[in-house]
Amino acid sequence: MPTTPDASTTTSAVRFAGVARHFGRVKAVDGVDLSIAPGEFFAMLGPSGSGKTTCLRLIAGFDQPDAGHIEIFGETVQGLPPYRRAVNTVFQDYALFPHLSVGDNVAYGLRVRGVGRAERDRMAREALAMVKLSGMEGRRPAQLSGGQRQRVALARALVVRPKVLLLDEPLGALDLKLREEMQSELKSLQRALGLTFVFVTHDQGEALSMADRVAVFNEGRIVQVGPPEDVYESPATRFVAQFVGSANVLDAAQALALGGLAAPASLRPEKIGIVALGAPVAADVTLLEAVVTDVSYQGPVRRVTARTATGLILTAAVPASDTAKVAQGDPVLLAIPRNALRPMEGEL
Amino acid sequence: MSASHAPDLAPNLALRHGGLRTWLSDVLVRRGGLLVLLMLVPPLLWLGIIYLGSLFVFLGQAVFSIDEFSGTIIREPSSATLIELFRPANFDIVLRTVGIATAVTLLCVVIAFPIAYYAARHAGPRAKAAFYLAVMMPLWSSYLVKVYGWKLLLAKEGAIGWFAGKLGLAGALQSWLDLPIVGGPSLSVSYTGMVLVFAYLWVPFMILPIQAALERVPGSLIEAAGDLGASPGAVFRTVILPLAMPGVVAGAIFTFSLTLGDYIVPQIIGTSALVLGQAVYMQQGTAGNIPLAAAFSLVPILVMALFLTLAKKTGAFDAL
Repeated sequence: MPTTPDASTTTSAVRFAGVARHFGRVKAVDGVDLSIAPGEFFAMLGPSGSGKTTCLRLIAGFDQPDAGHIEIFGETVQGLPPYRRAVNTVFQDYALFPHLSVGDNVAYGLRVRGVGRAERDRMAREALAMVKLSGMEGRRPAQLSGGQRQRVALARALVVRPKVLLLDEPLGALDLKLREEMQSELKSLQRALGLTFVFVTHDQGEALSMADRVAVFNEGRIVQVGPPEDVYESPATRFVAQFVGSANVLDAAQALALGGLAAPASLRPEKIGIVALGAPVAADVTLLEAVVTDVSYQGPVRRVTARTATGLILTAAVPASDTAKVAQGDPVLLAIPRNALRPMEGEL
Repeated sequence: MSASHAPDLAPNLALRHGGLRTWLSDVLVRRGGLLVLLMLVPPLLWLGIIYLGSLFVFLGQAVFSIDEFSGTIIREPSSATLIELFRPANFDIVLRTVGIATAVTLLCVVIAFPIAYYAARHAGPRAKAAFYLAVMMPLWSSYLVKVYGWKLLLAKEGAIGWFAGKLGLAGALQSWLDLPIVGGPSLSVSYTGMVLVFAYLWVPFMILPIQAALERVPGSLIEAAGDLGASPGAVFRTVILPLAMPGVVAGAIFTFSLTLGDYIVPQIIGTSALVLGQAVYMQQGTAGNIPLAAAFSLVPILVMALFLTLAKKTGAFDAL
C-alpha cells in the first residue's frame, strides 16, 4: 500500500510548491502545491482547461513554470530540458514514430542512449512481452489497432526505466470494453513495477477505479486531493460534488432542514431511498414526502427526480428492480440518512 | 410535459423534385463510377495522346540512326545512336549536367530546409502568409529577367564582387575562382555561378514540398523523442529528417529534372561547355540529328528513374 506522503520524512517522487503557469492572461496553472509519493498511482482529474495537462507537461519538461518550484525525487528540475529528466510520457495520441517499426519505436530511447543494437533489441522484446505484444517487433505502427498502439507507447516509455511515468489521457481514444481491460492492466503493471504513475484524465470513473490518490483540478487549482473514496464520499466543494459522480447540492438552510449541519452539503443520489408508507425506518433517517417529476431507467438503477412540498428537487438513484411501478406524478416517500449529508467548504 | 405544449417544429417544407437536372443528379449519385469517368476522360485523353503519345514517338526515334553522308534518318532499329551517347564528348555532357543538377539540388536542400522548417513549425498565420508570398513572388517575374539580373550580379565588376571587396573578402572570392572545375575568370562564367542561378530559380520548388512534409509531423512526435532522451540534434537526425525525406525527394525531383532539362541558363551563365538541354536543342535544330536528340532526351528520364529507385532503397519513403 502506498503511504501517505510526508514531506518531512520521505522524499516525494514529484513535488510542486506554488507552481504557476500563465499563457497571456489565462492562468492555466494558478498556484499548485502537490506531493506525490514514490510508488503511488496518482490521478489528476478535471475538465478540459482545468490545468491538469499543463501540470503534466511541467513535470515532463515540455513547459516551464512562471513561478514556483518543481522537484523530482528531491532534485529541482528548474530549466532542465525533457531529455535530461528521468520521467517518461505516454502521449494521448501515442506519438509513435511512423517511420520506425514497432521494435525500433520501443528501442528508440535505448538507441539515443547509445545502447548497442543486440542489447536494445533484446530489451525491446522484453518490454513488448510485458505489454503482451510479443512477435509484433517487425510491424509498423500503422498496422496496429488503437489498443496495440497504446501498449507500444507504454512499452517504449517503460523500457528506459523512468523514475516517474506520466500518462496523458492514455485511454481516451479506446472504446469502452478495451478501456476497462487496459485500466486493470495498467494498475497491475504499476503494482508489479512499483513505479510512480501520474495519470491525467477527465474521466472520473477512470480516476476513481485506478488511482491511489486523486487530485481534482478546477480553473488552474487543485480543489481536493485524497484517496478516491474520500473524494467521492466527502466532496470538498460543489464543483467536486458535481464533477466526480453526480450529487444533489443543498444550501445551508436545506441541509439543516434535512437534519444535517447548517452548512452547504452534498447528497449522493444513491444514498436516497424510496420507502413505502408505514415501513419501519431507522432513527437517523429523515423522511420526506415528494412528487415524482422525472424517471429515467439506467440498467441497474433507476434515477427518480422528485419535488418536495417546499420546492426542493432531489434526484435518487434506486435499484431498478424495486421501483418498476414508480411513475411521473406519483407521490413518494424519500428516505435520507443524516450521515449522507456531507458538508462542503465552498463552491469551486 | 403534455402534448399540447409540443411546438409545431416541422411545417411542410417540400423538396423540389422532377426535371432533367434532378434525374441527372440521381443517376450520378447512384453510379459514383460514372461521375469519376466523366471527370477523368478529357484530361486522360489530353495527357495520354497529346502529351505522352508525342513524347514516346519522339523518344522512339533514338533507335533510328543518321546517315553520316546524306544526313538523312535511317528508319531501321539499331543501337548505333544509343552507343553514340557513350562517346567521350557526349558522355561528358551527361556527366557535367548530372553533376550540376546534383550540386543545385544539394544547395537547394541546404537553403530550403531552415526556411521550410521555420514556416512549418514556428510561423504564425500572418508570418505564414508572408512566407508563401515571399516564396512564390520570384516565380511571378520573367525567368529571363531574373537570369540576366544574375549575370550582372555575378559579373567581374558586378555587385557580388564589389560587396566581397567591401567586406575584405576579395581574396577569398579570387581563391575560389582559382580552383579547378568550380572556378573561372569570373563568377558569371563559372560553374559556381551557374549552380547559384539554378538554385535561386528552383528553390521555391524545394521549399514548398519540404514545408508540406514538415507540417504533417505532429508536434507530439518531436516531444516524444525529447521525452525519450534524444537531444535536439538527435531528434533532428532520427525523427525530423526521416519524416521530411519524402518532401526532400519530391523537391529534388523538381530541382533535379528542371536543371537536367534547362538550356537557357547555361547559354547566359557559365562556361561554353554544353549541357544536356543545349545538346538536345542543337541536335534537333541546327544539326538535324533527331535520333541523337532523342537519345539525349532519354538520359534525364533514366537518371530520374535511377534517383527514385535509390531514394526508395534508402528508405526515403518509409514515412509515407
